[in-house]
Amino acid sequence: MTHAVASARGQALRRGWFRFRQSGLSMLGAALVVAVLAIAIVGPWIAPFPGHVAGGVDTANRFLAPSLAHPFGTNELGQDVLSLVLAGTRISVLAGLGVVVLGTLFGTLVGAVAGFAGGWTDEVLMRLSDLKLTIPGLILAMAVAAALGAGLLNMVIAIALSWWPGYARLVRGEVLARKEEVYVAAARAIGASPARILFRHVLPNIVSPVVVKMSLDMGFAILTVASLGFIGIGVRPPTPEWGTLLSVSRSYMPDFWWTAVFPGLAMFVAIFGFNLLGDGLRDVLDPRARR
Amino acid sequence: MALLEIRDLHLAMRSFDGEAHVLNGIDLAVERREVWGLVGDTGCGKSLTGLSVSRLVPTPPGRFLAGEIRFEGRDLLACPEAEVAELRGTGIGMIFQDPTTNLNPAFSIRTQLVDVALSAARRDPAILEGARGRAAQAAAERLAAAMLDRVGIPDAAARLGDYPHEFSGGMRQRVLIAMALIGRPDLLIADEPTTALDVSVQAQILRLIRAMVEEFDMGVLLITHNLGVVAQSCTHVAVMYAGNIVESGPVRAVLTTPLHPYTRALLQAIPTRGVVRGALRGLAGAVPNLIAPPPGCRFAPRCPRATDACRAAVPPPRGEGHRVACLHPGDRDA
Amino acid sequence: MLEIENVTKVYPGRQGMFGASPPVTALSGVSLAIAAGESFGLVGESGSGKTTLTRCILRLEAPTSGHIRFDGEDFARLTPVALRAMRARIQIVFQDPFASLNPRMSVHDIVTEPMVIHRATLGLGARQRSARAAELLDLVGLGPQHLHRHPHEFSGGQRQRICIARALACQPAMVLLDEPTSALDVSVQAQVLNLLADLQARLGLTYLFISHDLGVIRYVCDRTALIWRGQIVEEGTTERVFDAPASDYARMLIAAMPEVRFD
Repeated sequence: MTHAVASARGQALRRGWFRFRQSGLSMLGAALVVAVLAIAIVGPWIAPFPGHVAGGVDTANRFLAPSLAHPFGTNELGQDVLSLVLAGTRISVLAGLGVVVLGTLFGTLVGAVAGFAGGWTDEVLMRLSDLKLTIPGLILAMAVAAALGAGLLNMVIAIALSWWPGYARLVRGEVLARKEEVYVAAARAIGASPARILFRHVLPNIVSPVVVKMSLDMGFAILTVASLGFIGIGVRPPTPEWGTLLSVSRSYMPDFWWTAVFPGLAMFVAIFGFNLLGDGLRDVLDPRARR
Repeated sequence: MALLEIRDLHLAMRSFDGEAHVLNGIDLAVERREVWGLVGDTGCGKSLTGLSVSRLVPTPPGRFLAGEIRFEGRDLLACPEAEVAELRGTGIGMIFQDPTTNLNPAFSIRTQLVDVALSAARRDPAILEGARGRAAQAAAERLAAAMLDRVGIPDAAARLGDYPHEFSGGMRQRVLIAMALIGRPDLLIADEPTTALDVSVQAQILRLIRAMVEEFDMGVLLITHNLGVVAQSCTHVAVMYAGNIVESGPVRAVLTTPLHPYTRALLQAIPTRGVVRGALRGLAGAVPNLIAPPPGCRFAPRCPRATDACRAAVPPPRGEGHRVACLHPGDRDA
Repeated sequence: MLEIENVTKVYPGRQGMFGASPPVTALSGVSLAIAAGESFGLVGESGSGKTTLTRCILRLEAPTSGHIRFDGEDFARLTPVALRAMRARIQIVFQDPFASLNPRMSVHDIVTEPMVIHRATLGLGARQRSARAAELLDLVGLGPQHLHRHPHEFSGGQRQRICIARALACQPAMVLLDEPTSALDVSVQAQVLNLLADLQARLGLTYLFISHDLGVIRYVCDRTALIWRGQIVEEGTTERVFDAPASDYARMLIAAMPEVRFD
């Protein structure tokens, strides 16, 4: 019996995978994301100079141009840029993921309650999120980070605080639409309680657009984390993080271009990958593209 | 030469599960002033037949394997797209099921009808009596009003400026019929034109289509799932099952003495006057999988009369006029 | 069993940014009485108010005035708890079998859901519910092997059977059938109509059968009412309504029926 369930889900997955595979760009996105995630996991261990990652310096070899020994060159402290970029992947991706997950959880909660309850609850929650939207995200994040103090966790919280309204609006809209489905009327007609309708009939059917938005947002979240690192209120050196790496190296441009270009390139690849994946997922999961 | 002649048309559609053979040798000839009803269950290929004629089947995923579609002698499948595009509207008019989604809500009826008239006049200036420039615009408006009047919209000239949402469903379908007929097509393809409408409105629209056939001297392909609609408004009928025409001919002959077991089953499933509760006959079984269809007659797995010969090869249509593709035809239950 | 007495439903008009809309009277003074065990047909075209009436009967909406009584109890006077218990007694099958099943739930979960919701009154444990779900599928002509499949794996006719199984899960006294076969092919429609007739005979159900298809109504209903612009314009035994229609509207509708008939 469980086998039957698995095969039904399996078939839906295979269909989705078939449609996903039709697009080369989606596949490229998926490949990039897999690579980035893999590096995020094993990055610190495959770094050729683990000592540099831990903060060790090698002043004798400052600003070496890319070579076989140092494919991405070395920086102002003589650290291997490749090692820093590989190790920094974990921090950047983890922070981006943290932001998106926190924002999604909070936003979904607010949006679901607003859309499902309606009336003044909806008004209050949505005006609150409108209010949030009037404050530029980066500025709010800066203020919060400044108040909480620098550090990875504080930065993630700070950005997530400016992140949830997008999800709240998306989820609210989806909940409003799902509420009108005939199967929801059917559930009401058999006497289902509001909580049951929300958790059994409404929320499971809005997972797809949320997942798509999460994937599309990942790139931007990584960028925002890096921006905070860049302006110096994110992760502090010596912990390697792409934005911080960029920030430090900007004073050595353009002569020692490799110190900035390679962290930037890593960021570009990660963001590009998540965006392509998100677009591909949307094509597969969007209910309007279905059937 | 028939107005429309479809010969041995085979169409395949690619999907996740494989390539489905959705049209399996369609033969059909439509003359002027004939109204052909194309009936069958969901997925039998009736709409795809209509779309094939107007070359609106997307390729890919569609692929024409064989056959020809001759419109006034020209093979549409061999024509370049530009030529077919020119035919749509002036040679072949189309109306669809949902009158709401087929009108652009952002423009008035006037704008939409005048547009169609002007583009039709570019190919056939006679439509606007050769008027050009500003005169053409005025002529197109006059024609639009005349057409609305002709399809039974009261106070047509005054309603030209109205937007689609200001019309009821039946009135919108009339507007679409006016739009389809403005280029004076020789062939009208109507795909479930009354399915979204109320019964009382349906009767009016069907009467209107009949009247237009006489007036415009055209042929009609009326695609429907409703045999009652066919009986009321068609001169001929083709019954389709799983990509084949199983029975065709003059409507009265086919519906009063149905020879194919599927046609008989369809007729027995309709709740008509005098059928007592529980006496209706449904059709057991399911439509075959068209990706790997059974080798012989596609109806054989559900057919009470099927023999080994039926399962061996697709039976060719036989008979003159009233044609049936069955090895064991008969108007009585076996 | 079901008494509808002088029910009126008015939707208030709106004062919007782009102009106001006047109030809409969807039902005005509708009275009907449906006896236990009968199959009552309600015929109406789009905008006639038949959908509003079903929503009022199911108490998805409250009528503006008038009373709806089921088994002698007035819906408007019931406490929320009593209303939920009442919902087990009146069930509905909707028109569109593709939209009325939650795509994320298995057939087992769909059919057992009413039993889970009303477990207090039914007193069925999880295992008994599963067993009953299998029975119900059998009853509507689907095998228990379908229990763990999802709605998208079924054809329209099969889905409508699942909807019927769900409606019967709590052993209701009455089932509202809201155009249950309009979305189906005729050969499938015939099977579903026969199934409904058979279930009624076996389980002693009361039906309120709503349709725009007069042929279907004539086939399954004992009595028929015609609703037009929110008002009942004709009511009587099905035979009488079809053979000797009293109102112009009934005559017009019957004349417009697309029938396979050559005379």
